[in-house]
Amino acid sequence: MNYQARTALFIVSGLGFLCFYIWGLHGLPGLGHYPGPYGNLINSLTVYERHATDAVTAVNFDYRGFDTLGEEFILFASVMGANLLLRKQKDDREEDPPLDRAQDRVVPPTSDAIRVTGLALVLPIVVFGLYTISHGQLTPGGGFQGGVILASMPLIIYLCGDYKAFDQVTSHVLSEVTEAVGAGGYAIAGLISIVFGLNYLTNFIPLGQTGDVLSSGTILLISVLTGLEVAGGLVVLMIAFFRQTLVYRKADDESREQDEPSRQ
Amino acid sequence: MSQAVSEFLRMLPFLVAAWLFVVGLYGIVTSRHLVHLIMCLVVVQTSTYLLLLGVGYKIGAAAPIFADIPVGTPAVDPVTHALMLTDIVVEATVMALLLALAIQAEERAGSVDPEQLRIMRG
Amino acid sequence: MIVLQAGILLFVGVIGTAVVFTRNPLNQVIGLTFYGLLMALMFFIFQAPDVAFSQIVIGAVVLPLMVLLTLAKLKVKEQRRK
Repeated sequence: MNYQARTALFIVSGLGFLCFYIWGLHGLPGLGHYPGPYGNLINSLTVYERHATDAVTAVNFDYRGFDTLGEEFILFASVMGANLLLRKQKDDREEDPPLDRAQDRVVPPTSDAIRVTGLALVLPIVVFGLYTISHGQLTPGGGFQGGVILASMPLIIYLCGDYKAFDQVTSHVLSEVTEAVGAGGYAIAGLISIVFGLNYLTNFIPLGQTGDVLSSGTILLISVLTGLEVAGGLVVLMIAFFRQTLVYRKADDESREQDEPSRQ
Repeated sequence: MSQAVSEFLRMLPFLVAAWLFVVGLYGIVTSRHLVHLIMCLVVVQTSTYLLLLGVGYKIGAAAPIFADIPVGTPAVDPVTHALMLTDIVVEATVMALLLALAIQAEERAGSVDPEQLRIMRG
Repeated sequence: MIVLQAGILLFVGVIGTAVVFTRNPLNQVIGLTFYGLLMALMFFIFQAPDVAFSQIVIGAVVLPLMVLLTLAKLKVKEQRRK
């Protein structure tokens, strides 16, 4: 099917789909008229049942903990897949030094003011990420947000330094181990509650005082493990993309072009 | 007149969600660049956030965080927030996987145009 | 409040459409970053601070980084072919 025919077919079917979609939406309760009892029940019960003041984190890591485990493994699998696709191929050679700048353009060097400001931001970002992870059960935050904030730290170093500085502060092995510990730890935390004779991923740690950092039992533990996995996974992705873009180059183009016809 | 306006406002997030879904699909179908296609997929993805946000919202309710408001204050549905929250982070890694696929597809096909992917041609 | 909510929803719809109809990926990634921050603002207005939190970092940092690195790699490969 050629391009024009496909576009025409889509415009017809897309408009038809839109009409049916809007027709189907007509029966929904409108914006602001929340119908179900489920959210209201959770809102009134989390503080008593789980001693957590942030209902979203409690839903995420406790009431729907098993579902979040599934999401974690989607994240794990896609990081692994991207890493596999961007690995060093047989005919790749490593550029040394890495091509950090476009060759056909003169790029002014990063100014000292940006370098100093960026370096001053590194520590606050790490502290803020750890704070977000550990206070997820009390205030907005949790493993997912905190992990992403932690993973943005090496990026700041790249932005105010260069690829060499990024390469020195990140370790591929360490981030992979962190990611694996996070993902595996989550599954094992669920198994421990089976040892105590409870259902999988039941809250088995004492709940503590509402409002304390060390409260709400396994929610904090799972939040920390998720933070490790998200931070590790995103750093692994960044390293893979940076290497693919700045370091790996095809060894020679001719050999590839020659065996191309035989592949068809 | 005000009846029609309030009916329109009641349905607005769902209408915007439907529109973004269809427009994003249009972008995917007519795309001539793999990276453009992936970014259109992100727009399709965001239409689900609008849908969930519209379902879980309550007029005049607070955010579902009871650190500084007493328990029992009307608050919006935390379940839809938990769904969106995990999805946003997972979506970023899935998009990284798609971008890696795009790099490898360009390597094999020699072009970023989805039309030129010879292996895909039926 | 209702005016603010209706306004941000319409704005999100318009910017999302603009992102799709920007055909040059390099221009589109700027639009996508703006769209991500707009989504974060929308989450704040609809009382979802947790979601806004992760959307800010993902939309402003992670997605543009990955897309820009991919485009840089594709450009290098295109130059090599010439």
